[in-house]
Amino acid sequence: MSRSDDRVEVRAQDTDGARGAPIPRRRLLEIEDLRTQFRTHRGMVRAVDGVSFTLDRGRTLGIVGESGSGKTVLARSIMGLLPKRNVVRTGAVRYEGIDLLTTSPEQVRDLWGAEMAMIFQDPMTSLNPVQRVSAQITEGMRHHLRMDRKTADATALALLREVGIPEPKRRLRQYPHELSGGMRQRVMIAVALACGPKLLFADEPTTALDVTVQAQILNLLQREQRERDMAMILVTHDLGVVAGRADEIAVMYAGQLVEKAPTASLFANVRMPYTEALLRSIPVLDAPSHTRLQAIPGRPPDLVDPPSACRFAERCPYVRDRCRAEPPPLLEGEPGHFYRCWYPVGLSSPVTLRSQPTSGNSGGVR
Amino acid sequence: MPEPLAEQPLDAAVLVPSDVAAVVQAVEASPTRKLGFMGWFSVCWLVCIIGAAVLAPILPLDDPDETFPGLQRQPPVQPGHLLGGDASGHDMLSRVIFGARTSLLVGFGAILLGWVVGGLLGLMAGYFKGRADTVLSTGFNVLLSIPALVLALSLVAVFASSDQNASNTRRIVVLIIALGIVSIPVLGRITRASTLSWSEREFVKAAQVIGARPRRIIFREVLPNVLPAMMSIALLGIAVVIVAEGALSLLGVGVTGVPTWGNMILDGYSQLSELPHLVFIPSIAIFLTVLSLNYLGDIVRARFDVRESVL
Amino acid sequence: MNLARALGKRLLALALVLFLVTLFTAALISMTPGDPVDLLVPLAESDNPEIQQTVQEQKDAVREDLGLDEPFPVRYAHWLGDFVQGDFGKYYRTNATDPVGDKIKSALPVSLQLMVYAQILALVVAIPLGVVTAYRAGSRFDRATNASAFGLLSIPNFVLGLFLAYYVGVFLGWLPNEGYRHPSDGLVEHFRYMALPTITLAAAQIAVYMRLLRSDMVQTLQEDFIQMARSKGISDRRVLWRHALRPSSITLLTVSGLNVGTLIGGALVVERIFSLPGVGRAIFDAINGRQYVALQSFVAVLAILFVMVNFTVDVLYTVIDPRIRHARATS
Repeated sequence: MSRSDDRVEVRAQDTDGARGAPIPRRRLLEIEDLRTQFRTHRGMVRAVDGVSFTLDRGRTLGIVGESGSGKTVLARSIMGLLPKRNVVRTGAVRYEGIDLLTTSPEQVRDLWGAEMAMIFQDPMTSLNPVQRVSAQITEGMRHHLRMDRKTADATALALLREVGIPEPKRRLRQYPHELSGGMRQRVMIAVALACGPKLLFADEPTTALDVTVQAQILNLLQREQRERDMAMILVTHDLGVVAGRADEIAVMYAGQLVEKAPTASLFANVRMPYTEALLRSIPVLDAPSHTRLQAIPGRPPDLVDPPSACRFAERCPYVRDRCRAEPPPLLEGEPGHFYRCWYPVGLSSPVTLRSQPTSGNSGGVR
Repeated sequence: MPEPLAEQPLDAAVLVPSDVAAVVQAVEASPTRKLGFMGWFSVCWLVCIIGAAVLAPILPLDDPDETFPGLQRQPPVQPGHLLGGDASGHDMLSRVIFGARTSLLVGFGAILLGWVVGGLLGLMAGYFKGRADTVLSTGFNVLLSIPALVLALSLVAVFASSDQNASNTRRIVVLIIALGIVSIPVLGRITRASTLSWSEREFVKAAQVIGARPRRIIFREVLPNVLPAMMSIALLGIAVVIVAEGALSLLGVGVTGVPTWGNMILDGYSQLSELPHLVFIPSIAIFLTVLSLNYLGDIVRARFDVRESVL
Repeated sequence: MNLARALGKRLLALALVLFLVTLFTAALISMTPGDPVDLLVPLAESDNPEIQQTVQEQKDAVREDLGLDEPFPVRYAHWLGDFVQGDFGKYYRTNATDPVGDKIKSALPVSLQLMVYAQILALVVAIPLGVVTAYRAGSRFDRATNASAFGLLSIPNFVLGLFLAYYVGVFLGWLPNEGYRHPSDGLVEHFRYMALPTITLAAAQIAVYMRLLRSDMVQTLQEDFIQMARSKGISDRRVLWRHALRPSSITLLTVSGLNVGTLIGGALVVERIFSLPGVGRAIFDAINGRQYVALQSFVAVLAILFVMVNFTVDVLYTVIDPRIRHARATS
């Protein structure tokens, strides 16, 4: 796998201004029926249970779900950042055509940092507390790009400026605990971007931050992505985070994809009752005071032995008999809009299994 | 038409279920929930040896001080003498069991002393804090500043060995007290640390607010929670003391006159080449006892130390 | 600067502890049942009035020497003054009195060598084992190593010493089982004679350190920043040694410092078994010879050594973990 040097050119050329405009790009990632299972003393936990999608360069995919939906495990499964023992992955994860599940761990590790990088949720615990900022940034560069100390330090300085940290020279010498939460997250972003990856995973990048800082960080991510023409997978439980910043949103529940659509379509024509419930549960600022927040009753199913029918049936307000009997497949109802429901929201007639659904320019189907 | 979503107050909202990320982390761990083979072995051995020691006088054993002609220097498995004889013709089996009596007495006695005194002081230091804590902690630190064996050695040397006429009982008592004094600060510190953290809990504050007297709070609210930590250290401590008894014997300040595991090893040391069983037998006895105590102490600690069990 | 203040507080605590410890050791001699002078000057039972006279004079001389008639605070002050100047008292033997200081000068280095070698050996063996078993937690290698470690630390050090001395030293004859060779007489010989004692003393520590490090490493390896380090694509070895080891080594450092007390105690026993002319042997001889003055001094020297080591460990803490340095400086 060659590391192309045409990144600089791409930056100037292919910037896509209008979100959602269908300019063809190079396919970066193809996920096909990915399943990840953990061996525990209670049995095999099916954390990711058959997920498929594709991602092109320069595009952002938002993966939304509650805790335990498998969204974090999905991100880590794609990258391969899982424990070595007691974990089983099946399916295919094709990065630039090569299936990562069949490559050796050493070769996959060579990709980390240089081709794909991850930003973690809590910058306080994700940065090495006893390593200076400069060392954290330059470590990857010196490993992958074989930079010498001086060049690496200079690049680190430039990176800190790029992510908007004031007094970058001073910050380089400091330790993570000397920085504020927002700055730590910026440092983490700098670390992730250091070797110029093509694919960026952002795992709840703003959850641990103050609300005021969240928007700044998200804007920063968006800007960096655009300038570097990276693909980004944005994992979050907060629909508000992905609302204006993702090209496509995939909703996960109990290890499965339950809805996937371009952002505008998702919000305009929500189909899956779970997604609808998620949308409804966002507090609205200008609602009258003391409005009760709407929550989804019940709990997600056990991942060791998930229900054989629709996994959301227990908590779905529209549940019917068929939901408890047959598992709904992920179908493409409208072009580009997939959902997994027998009685989708907003459609008067129930879905019937017809011919093979069309596969558009994105997504496999389950 | 579909029914509207149920409306519920926020606190009945979607709770955090088993976070799969946590599964990623917890998968590596496999804490022992039950007593494995090793655990049962430890319990059995301890029951046997303690039982034998306690019941020794009424068991069908030979008198440990009696010498049997022809038994001198005989290796184990002789007719009537399962473990052979020592240099003077004593029966090794009875010596090792009577030796258990004294060695275990020293072990349990010293730790009991340390437990009661150290535990009490630790509870006080941890509960009342402030001045009492400073004084007690400094006391602990001073005692801990002298290497344990050296402290025990000097105490025993000064109080018992110096007196040629000291009786066996006196020596044993001095030994117990000396080793007890050495273990006081260890137990005291652990108890203090545990008490400190438990005293901050709300149920203690609640009891204080009600007006319960400190003594009642300490003994009924705090102590039961502190007990597991103390238990674990006590078990490990008994093992340490038993070994210390052996070390002190080898250093010349141990008990004389009655057999202990320590002085049996001392006696047999010089004949290690010809009669290895003289050293082997008490050594194995100590080893098994220490092993069992260590193992059980570890299990108790793993069970009750929150940090470890999450792992 | 606040860091200096924190250090100052610690020095004050150190002084207090040293004071109390020396107070205790100075009082040892008064704690013997009976008159200490009778112990030091062997009673020569005789009806001969001349001999009785001589004995009495000797006793009086000793009594004055030790200041036993003075009130305790005065005696302590004298003792402390002498001690600080290097006068550690005397041996009172039938024919001569030798200064204890000479003995300390010759014995202490031997004991220190033994303890230092044992500590180094223990760390050198335990750290890699701890790292590897943590990395492969749950594997057969890990379980086997853990079980062995557990067994090893349950063996009393004197038992191990006796067996090594006999079976390796005498029976197999690979290494000498008693005696000491000074380094200036040949390093190789020096280490050959120190080998079995060092191994004996280090054995239990290896087990303890290894388990300790493994436990901390296993926890550290589950932390987020380790995942982050891995995600940069650097090698697992680098993640282990450069990222995971340092935060995990704090407990190990503390324990190895506190362990000096166990090492000192263990050294006493090991020296006895392998006939090393260290402080342990000196103490043994002093007890046997009822030389309580000498005993006092030995105990004091060992205690002070221990206190100083603990103090150094405490200060070193700050260097290892910048968070603690920061916390102490701002507290």
